[in-house]
Amino acid sequence: MKIRKLLFAIAGAALVFLAGRSFRESRNLKEPVVAGPGVTRVVKLSRYFDGIKNGVNDANVYVLEGTKPGGSVLVLGGTHPEEPAGRLAAWILAENGVVERGRLFIVPSANRSASTVTRLGGAYPPDYSIKTPWGEQKFRMGDRWSSPLDQWPDPEVYVHYPSRQELAYVDVRNLNRAWPGRPGGTLTERTCYALIQLIDREKIDIVIDLHEAELQYPVISAIVAHQKGQELAAMASMMISASEGFEIGVEYSPQALRGLSHREIGDHTGAISLLLEAPEPFLDATRGRTDRTLLLTGQDDFIVRAGKRGLLFEKIGADGWPVDKRVGRHTSTILQILEVWSEEKPERAVVISGVPRYKEIIDKTTGAYLRNPAEADPKRTYFE
Amino acid sequence: MSALVTIMYYAMTAYIAVLLAWNFVKRRKWQDEFLYLIILIPFLLRVFRLK
Repeated sequence: MKIRKLLFAIAGAALVFLAGRSFRESRNLKEPVVAGPGVTRVVKLSRYFDGIKNGVNDANVYVLEGTKPGGSVLVLGGTHPEEPAGRLAAWILAENGVVERGRLFIVPSANRSASTVTRLGGAYPPDYSIKTPWGEQKFRMGDRWSSPLDQWPDPEVYVHYPSRQELAYVDVRNLNRAWPGRPGGTLTERTCYALIQLIDREKIDIVIDLHEAELQYPVISAIVAHQKGQELAAMASMMISASEGFEIGVEYSPQALRGLSHREIGDHTGAISLLLEAPEPFLDATRGRTDRTLLLTGQDDFIVRAGKRGLLFEKIGADGWPVDKRVGRHTSTILQILEVWSEEKPERAVVISGVPRYKEIIDKTTGAYLRNPAEADPKRTYFE
Repeated sequence: MSALVTIMYYAMTAYIAVLLAWNFVKRRKWQDEFLYLIILIPFLLRVFRLK
């Protein structure tokens, strides 16, 4: 009996070690970003608010400055890291974009804490890899909410600041329910506050927050626009439908729903706030096996069947929603927004080149636009 | 306040982990030993702050 007990104890210790190592590696995985030819400097988010200095959410801000004066645009990836197309599109912008006029600020990991954990009890994969011509690049899977290791405990009810609207308790750790944030608040609120300081100090004209959504959610394949950006979003939507090879709708930011970037950034700063949603079947409640394949291919028979029963707000076929399609939607939509904006406001134009569009990403894949850190200048390589 | 709640939470988790480990040692049936072992694992991971 003693030998059996000893064997059981060894097996248990091995399980604790293996599980613990997986969690630890996932939390500490370093994701390289090779600063592209257009990146003129990389600063820490704490430059704008030292209340997050040296913490998990002291994110990298990649700044691309043109030689000609113009406007300023901020792109946020990783507000919800479990929506990978947003982060990957930000990666492609930082590694490939060249700004000719104006300035582009890119934050690939807006809520870095949320990227270091996966959904508790959700059986999510800890990471995923994108195939490139030089090998594979691994990314953290991430979650929708800041890690409870960084912000805890949660309240019974989350009371949003400053509206005092009552929201779901877990959304106290949701970056897209914590805008505009406050300096003495939770980690998530302080992160929003730091980003608001960036927007104010850099006189940002447009903030574009990159997301993905389940197909059973009505706000999908859309630009969600603050009222200040409705015309811009509508015009970009029309241009995309006419020339990019896909369609995207426009949703208006509800005035009564608080804490979201498309509402609060527009209300509390001089910037126009837009939020982009691409379809991500991985997030659907009726999905089958929750693995890396589903995350990257977006193929799932159960969701297809849900579509046949009229339960979805976006079409899905056997070919699913591959990550290249989702990333391409984001890059093309960003480019169209900038093109429409620059035409309407030439004195605040932001002109960018080198960023692949929807058709190019589908043709060559996302990985074709990721740079090899092994061949890059170490001084130009940063880690998320 | 949050720090106090966190300390209490981890103290309770460690206490329950010790109780589970004690029960694992004292049981004689292999099914009971296995049960306590499986239940113990998430408590240990939580004490080590691994999520």
